Amino acid sequence: MSGLSDSLVIARRNLIRMSRIPEMILFGVIQPVMFVVLFSFVFGGSMTVGGTTDPVVYREFLMAGIFAQTVTFATAGAGAGIADDMHKGLIDRFRSLPMARGAVLTGRTLADLVQTALTVVVLTIVALLVGWRIHEGVPKALGAFGLLLLLGYAFSWIGALIGLSVRTPEAATSGGLIWLFPVTFISIAFVDSAQMASWLQPIAEWNPFSATVQACRVLFGNPGVSTSEAWPMQHPVWASILWSVLIVVVFRTLSVRKYRRADG
Amino acid sequence: MPGAIYAEGLVKTFGDVRALDGVDLDVPEGTVLGLLGPNGAGKTTTVRVLTTLLRPDSGKAVVAGIDVLRHPDEVRRSIGLSGQFAAVDEYLTGRENLRMVGQLYQMKAKAAKVRAEELLERFNLGDAADRTAKTYSGGMRRRLDLAAALVVSPPVMFMDEPTTGLDPRNRLQLWGIIQELVAAGTTLLLTTQYLEEADHLAHDICVVDHGKVIARGTSDQLKARTGGERVEVVVHERDRITTAREVLAGFGKGETTVEKHTRKLTVPVSGGAKLLAEVIRELDGRGIEIDDIGLRRPTLDDVFISLTGHAAERRAEERAEAAAGPEVKGRKAARKEAAK
Repeated sequence: MSGLSDSLVIARRNLIRMSRIPEMILFGVIQPVMFVVLFSFVFGGSMTVGGTTDPVVYREFLMAGIFAQTVTFATAGAGAGIADDMHKGLIDRFRSLPMARGAVLTGRTLADLVQTALTVVVLTIVALLVGWRIHEGVPKALGAFGLLLLLGYAFSWIGALIGLSVRTPEAATSGGLIWLFPVTFISIAFVDSAQMASWLQPIAEWNPFSATVQACRVLFGNPGVSTSEAWPMQHPVWASILWSVLIVVVFRTLSVRKYRRADG
Repeated sequence: MPGAIYAEGLVKTFGDVRALDGVDLDVPEGTVLGLLGPNGAGKTTTVRVLTTLLRPDSGKAVVAGIDVLRHPDEVRRSIGLSGQFAAVDEYLTGRENLRMVGQLYQMKAKAAKVRAEELLERFNLGDAADRTAKTYSGGMRRRLDLAAALVVSPPVMFMDEPTTGLDPRNRLQLWGIIQELVAAGTTLLLTTQYLEEADHLAHDICVVDHGKVIARGTSDQLKARTGGERVEVVVHERDRITTAREVLAGFGKGETTVEKHTRKLTVPVSGGAKLLAEVIRELDGRGIEIDDIGLRRPTLDDVFISLTGHAAERRAEERAEAAAGPEVKGRKAARKEAAK
């Protein structure tokens, strides 16, 4: 199947590029580490999780949120990378070659997935250093990491569509980031939805992002698991998988269609 | 039988700009067609349609015997494209670029590797093979781009302004490579702004403007329509124009034209450099001081003026548009798009 092999050739190309611009990877890693440190030590003592304001409990609660936020930031990278590609002569070369149409985009999202995985590894080490632990065994924890990477992969397709829709890579970077703030904050990532205004609660609980955060807390055995009656909060693993697959299907279809029609 | 590249009535509009307005082409197998025209004439749009990058609004295109609109994927297997902006990944090395393109042409990894080595050698990039393309000079990038277009030795090649922006040495080198290709039987469509380049490389030339082919023929035929070489003189003092005109009339094959405000006289001649020396001696003998003198050959502007009479007016319009600023930006963007 040429689709897969072409995608792998393009993924390889993007990984080589990333390795030659190491500062991009470095910033990608520093950002979530900074969030961990800021949230744990600035908010740590003032947040109530499971009826206690113990900062250690908050740190354990926080990590699933930070992990999920980190993987979604791949959106901005994918968007900027694709916007950059679309405005260079190289895209004409790709479009004039007998290669699979979606491969330029799939290759980019796969490369971003590798980068995201790398960031998650570093972040896990930092998390262990600040006192976060897994309590349900390694297989479940690996399942949680799998859900996180799937979420990151799904979000990179949203980034791809943004990258194809804007005129400059700079616009793709900021456009790829701003909407992530409401998505990641109107969720159960940093605060229990029970503490939110009642009209916000259902939004936070049905947020695709929250499903993965909840699933991670359950699988890691971390405190602060939401007790909401909402279906995604009761079945977070299934909700996380369904949301991510749905996002991939929808945004991949839209992106590939847009790429094919890009009569630049 | 239609040629290796065949187009009939290609039309493409961008907003209210008609980038292609009924372009017909027929390039016999193994020959070179030069598409000559100024920026925005529709050269690049034509190439983009023929290389499957752009769908025309109407018209028919056949490349290497395959219908471009119905079977774009099959056409892509038989063509190579080399553009004005070197289409290589600047963070990849020369070798990595060529291997990637080979694999995307569906070659096996090993075959792509072997082919990359051959091309690096042939295009004199062996020493730079492991440096990223970012570090290459303009000429090297253009060679790498051309090498990428030749990975599968396609029977039909498209080159969009392959030498624009290159220095004379690199231009000559690229011309040499192109001539080798054609000698080996490749059919080539080449766009250029330089008459000299079309003259040197192309069997046939199509002059395009406003999305239409306004003249076609061999370079000799086109030059014959434009007039041959001529002598241009700029005299130092305005009151010597009349005398200078008398001198030139003695050498000219046709009427002498005078631009009073620039003190420039132009007369068609035949006889080349030898004649130029005689003109200088004669002017000197009459004590006419000159600021500039030269033998001029027909330029693209000349071809344009003789074919359409609107080259100068077009330039003026473009300048006005550039000066007018934001309110015409939409149209400008559309034209830019058309020029791409």
